[in-house]
Amino acid sequence: MSETQEVDIIDQVVSQEYKYGFSTDIEMETAPMGLSEDIVRFISSKKNEPEWMLEWRLKAYRYWLTLEEPNWQNFNLKPINYQDIIYYAAPKEKIKLDSLDQVDPELLKTFEKLGISLSEQKRLTGVAVDAVFDSVSIATTFKDQLYEKGVIFCAISEALHEHPELVKKHIGSVVPYTDNYFSALNAAVFSDGSFVYIPKGVRCPMELSTYFRINAENTGQFERTLIIADDNSYVSYLEGCTAPMRDENQLHAAVVELIAMEKAEIKYSTVQNWYPGDKDGKGGIYNFVTKRGSCEGAHSKISWTQVETGSAITWKYPSCILKGDYSTGEFFSVAVTNNMQVADTGTKMIHIGKNTKSRIVSKGISAGKSHNTYRGLVKVNKKAENARNHTQCDSMLIGNRSGAHTFPYLEISNNTATVEHEASTSKIGEDQIFYCNQRGIGTEEAIGLIVNGFCKEVLNQLPMEFAVEAQKLLAVSLEGSVG
Amino acid sequence: MVHKQEKMLSIKNLKAEIEGKKILNGLNLEVKAGEVHAIMGPNGAGKSTLSAVLAGRADYEVTEGTVEFEGKDLLELSPEDRAREGVFLAFQYPIEIPGVSNTNFLKTAINEKRKYQGLEPMEATDFLKMMREKMAMVEMDKSLTSRSLNEGFSGGEKKRNEIFQMAMLEPKLGILDETDSGLDIDALRLVSEGVNKLRNKERAFIVITHYQRLLDYIVPDFVHVLYKGRIVKSGDASLAKELEEKGYDWIKQEVEANS
Repeated sequence: MSETQEVDIIDQVVSQEYKYGFSTDIEMETAPMGLSEDIVRFISSKKNEPEWMLEWRLKAYRYWLTLEEPNWQNFNLKPINYQDIIYYAAPKEKIKLDSLDQVDPELLKTFEKLGISLSEQKRLTGVAVDAVFDSVSIATTFKDQLYEKGVIFCAISEALHEHPELVKKHIGSVVPYTDNYFSALNAAVFSDGSFVYIPKGVRCPMELSTYFRINAENTGQFERTLIIADDNSYVSYLEGCTAPMRDENQLHAAVVELIAMEKAEIKYSTVQNWYPGDKDGKGGIYNFVTKRGSCEGAHSKISWTQVETGSAITWKYPSCILKGDYSTGEFFSVAVTNNMQVADTGTKMIHIGKNTKSRIVSKGISAGKSHNTYRGLVKVNKKAENARNHTQCDSMLIGNRSGAHTFPYLEISNNTATVEHEASTSKIGEDQIFYCNQRGIGTEEAIGLIVNGFCKEVLNQLPMEFAVEAQKLLAVSLEGSVG
Repeated sequence: MVHKQEKMLSIKNLKAEIEGKKILNGLNLEVKAGEVHAIMGPNGAGKSTLSAVLAGRADYEVTEGTVEFEGKDLLELSPEDRAREGVFLAFQYPIEIPGVSNTNFLKTAINEKRKYQGLEPMEATDFLKMMREKMAMVEMDKSLTSRSLNEGFSGGEKKRNEIFQMAMLEPKLGILDETDSGLDIDALRLVSEGVNKLRNKERAFIVITHYQRLLDYIVPDFVHVLYKGRIVKSGDASLAKELEEKGYDWIKQEVEANS
């Protein structure tokens, strides 16, 4: 196909409709716009928090004031006016409910529309869901059944009251508020998120999942998730996210901390589909998230799987600190960018214990005028004998106006380490598309098929219920990327 | 059968070029259901261009002429619609698609075609049954269906996979573009046997080849010689033998003498 034809065809495209762009009309209680110590106090008092929590928030806030936004990223970030953001927005009348009967039907409908049924009859079998709407958790399903096994799965605001010792011990232990600009901000103003504790020797009987929905205008979402897997336990956790289509950018600055004790395994999967903005780059979510897991115990394992298709800007590096001997960290990522979207994502694998292993598989797909960056650090400390890492980093370009970038960093301080890096860049071939066409497969389906094939290794890591959804999502986010 | 007498494909005065270079210069060809037409010719005669134009490759521009397929203007249809109408091209160089299994690829293709025909997607059990039958028919190794499409396949495996796909998609018209190229004698025999099993009264074939040896196995009803973008000589299977013995030079001379 000639250059001009190709450009014409690509121009015809990019008219993808964001399926989750509706908003819910519901009476909200919000904090006054802007950020100050008073706002931090306001949020803390809304949640009826213990004094130590407020103190921690205030320390974080004061620390944040001393920081400047980072500027090392591989994209231009328009300065964010932190006084133009509402830091707390919650549907009125309810703090926490005992029964779904008390949940506003509008909210249930909203989640229903998103494919997340909270009502008893239609729940996804085998998956417990915590539904977070703007700043609060609306409902958590299967809570009692889980509690019978000793599994705690609830909103973090609830955990603060019912399991304060666990929260106090672990919050900020993996991602301290001093870690970075956005983790400091999050520590100061976080409003809700999920809390999970799996006791010793328990294999969590179902998938746990949190669904994040941003609804209110001018609002930021700052959730905080803390997952602790005690010795010999296992949990698989999945998060999904959507937001209405709005013209202004909305900030989502979350923190996720995972702690795996001896022989524990945490599998954390993300299907991120925040509103990406329109084709000219107007609006969309700024997805600036700090996610980190600590393999505390020997033979522990943490596995991150992410499918990132949404957001105007995705900026995050789900990481593993491999402290325990023989611990394993994994990162499987698919990042798709289309139109004007930007992704600067990857991972950090910090090898500290002996005989630790890490594996990185990153698949970046860039279409439209988007830019997709893989940035990853593999660090092997002095005492980390026999560390092993394998990194595979593949990029696929669709059209000729998008960009793929790779920044792999290696810091190896122990010469027994084995570190391997493989990288490839390919362009989705006209030949491949024509071959599919000739078998009766239209171009959109062909791209979906080819991209899914390209990402197969990563998609295979997702829990089955979500793998199919993720495949569809990939096809939808690239809709109209080539004609 | 009345059907048999109807013309399936009718190419009239077809002219096509790529990047300004004229390749087809007024090609005429009529193909009826059940017939096998061999297109032979020296390198650069336009053989592969003909298959590309019929399949709808975007980089070829048709400047003149018409192509009717079952009464429809084929040139007006998108490549995928041509396929859904029943035109199948067995590629000279089958394309690799990493991570996509043959099974998944064919299921998608069959269901897209069914959607076009207003049918529901095929039941999984029916599909698998069909896979088994057709695999046996073309003597295709089972392991090839779960592997990524054509990835790491040998030349022979790729060509056999094309025939397997053709068997699955059950086209009205099968175009074989130099299917014999790069095949050893055993692979050639296997591929040809597959094609012969697919021959029937309703289905037509256009077999494009440089060499006569393929036609020992797939015996054509008609042989056409393509030269400088036109069909300059037509005959029955014996014409292929003649070309094998005498080469193409005498035809070139004949054409030059007449022009």
